[in-house]
Amino acid sequence: MNDLLFQYLLRLGDDSLILGQRLCEWCGHAPTIEVDLSLSNLALDLIGQATLFLGYAGEVESGGRDADALAFHRDAEDFRNCLLVEQPNGDFARTMARQFLFSSYQLALLDRLCSSADGRIAEIAAKAVKEVRYHADLAADWVVRLGDGTAESRGRMIEGLDDCWRFLDDLFAMDDGERALAAAGIAADKAALRPLVQGRVEQVLRQATLSMPGLPWQVTGGRTGRHSEHLSRLLAEMQVLPRAHPGARW
Amino acid sequence: MSKDWPLWEVFVRARGGLEHRHAGSVHAPDAELALRHARDTYTRRMEGVSLWVVRSADIVASDPDQAGELFEPAASKVYRHPTFYDLPDAVKHM
Amino acid sequence: MYTTELDKTAGSAAAPVAVEDPALLAAFEARVANDEFIEPKDWMPEAYRRTLTRQISQHAHSEIVGMLPEGNWLTRAPSLKRKAILLAKIQDEGGHGLYLYCAAETLGTSREQMIEALHTGKAKYSTIFNYPTLNWADIGAIGWLVDGAAIMNQVPLQRTSYGPYARAMVRVCKEESFHQRQGYDLLLEMMKGTPEQRAMVQDAMNRWWWPSLMMFGPPDDNSPNSAQSIRWRIKRETNDELRQKFVDATVPQAELLGISVPDPDLQWNEERGHYDFGAIDWNEFYAVVRGEGPVARERMKARRAAWDEGAWVREAAAAWEARQAARRAAAA
Repeated sequence: MNDLLFQYLLRLGDDSLILGQRLCEWCGHAPTIEVDLSLSNLALDLIGQATLFLGYAGEVESGGRDADALAFHRDAEDFRNCLLVEQPNGDFARTMARQFLFSSYQLALLDRLCSSADGRIAEIAAKAVKEVRYHADLAADWVVRLGDGTAESRGRMIEGLDDCWRFLDDLFAMDDGERALAAAGIAADKAALRPLVQGRVEQVLRQATLSMPGLPWQVTGGRTGRHSEHLSRLLAEMQVLPRAHPGARW
Repeated sequence: MSKDWPLWEVFVRARGGLEHRHAGSVHAPDAELALRHARDTYTRRMEGVSLWVVRSADIVASDPDQAGELFEPAASKVYRHPTFYDLPDAVKHM
Repeated sequence: MYTTELDKTAGSAAAPVAVEDPALLAAFEARVANDEFIEPKDWMPEAYRRTLTRQISQHAHSEIVGMLPEGNWLTRAPSLKRKAILLAKIQDEGGHGLYLYCAAETLGTSREQMIEALHTGKAKYSTIFNYPTLNWADIGAIGWLVDGAAIMNQVPLQRTSYGPYARAMVRVCKEESFHQRQGYDLLLEMMKGTPEQRAMVQDAMNRWWWPSLMMFGPPDDNSPNSAQSIRWRIKRETNDELRQKFVDATVPQAELLGISVPDPDLQWNEERGHYDFGAIDWNEFYAVVRGEGPVARERMKARRAAWDEGAWVREAAAAWEARQAARRAAAA
């Protein structure tokens, strides 16, 4: 059960870590300073979540690894984030499309995890769910304004969403280990969450005068370490200093 | 004509505070995003429990040239202030 | 602010101003001398409005451009804690830029006009940010030295004559002390680490020390606007006075860190009760002020790109709201 819990916590922590890292790339480059602040707010929340989940993961593993060791010293194949969050930022529409889908999912997930049988998970979820409610609403606001803004913004939002649809199954993927945890009340049953999330997504898309297409062929594998070409490049940048300086203090 | 997003004035009521106070301004295209930007800009250190945003153009301010007529008369009506009344020490709770 | 002196050349070729009522001028100067605040709707001389607009907007530009040298290392922050701290700091800087742009707007210039001025090179910003951040220790050096210098310039501005500027500065100062402390803390930690890390810290010091001293502006004998700035409560002390204060405060901090100051002429002068220090390369200072700093072009390109590439986003949001407003009006 311990190894299953460890893997589950990695999935939760890595999602937040990788998405937080992607949002950091926007720093100083957003369409207005106000939007820059919004994005870095999101990033700060996500890094905070990652620190808590990965910190707990390290304790569960009892192998002497803390959150930093897990964040900065694993290779791509040992990361357990979903494929959606490692995709490149693209333009602001693509970033908001990714954010909207992920945060809608994460909100439903954390909401369920507030009553996890694991006290620590419940505690972290209770704090994070308030942050993510804001993330999901903010992203939805932008999907609506860009989807139903100008012809150009609409085209870009459709494009941005189209980049994301092939990663939807991966977001909700569960394996036997996670199903066992869900049966024990520790993990959330993602299959049960999916219709809720889908409903919310469709509602916002309608407001944006957009529609959800038929899903394309799904690409999966993030939860078991099979990632896209993007992750190793992202990690090379993120991890460069600790890996170049073993024994360093930061 | 400026293509800027309009300016909004932000008022924050702090945790345990009694009234909203002017915190500053933000640019936003609409009311909803004005609230979001205000929250992201002015409540990062948990300063607030309530936010008001008002379009700057909608604020009606008193004319500073009339500050004399509007406000000086109040200065001479000191009996409105509790400290004007010198009560004996024996009177408590007042 | 360290930008006070940047347009002194522009000031000397001032645009002609209509003759202003001497009674109004006298009343204005009396209010300012009386430590009162001038508010947006109050009468003010044109020169005051122009100077304040320039000063405040340049201060705002500095905060925004300042996000870039630090943003350069954000994705490579070596621990989760440092990443979060740096994010919070950069956010604060963006926020400061916002407070200041909004304060400047009360004087009648639009955000778009100010950004246009920055992007076309008409407006200046603190040229310290046109230096590159080459290793992680630079992030600490910026917090310790650059923010340290900024704090010295900023504290007196909390009682500057223009109300919106003073209020913005109160907010800024409250948030700024965390910036300097986190920078020093970062360097302290590195100095306890590996020899390579200690070398990084010394290297950062070697590159950021002199530019930080330059942040206080030209020498007093080359600062013609000082008297007016002091009268209008834009500055309290002269450039050289503040620079001396900074050196006196910072040298002991460097000693505590265990690094050397890259100045062979630095020496405690018992008689004066201050540190004597070496000559600043004023050629470098003026070159950087002219816009020829090592990465000035990159900084401007980045800001221009962000603004230009974001135009479709701003337009889309405005278009959406316009349609909503029309719907609301039709329904009313």
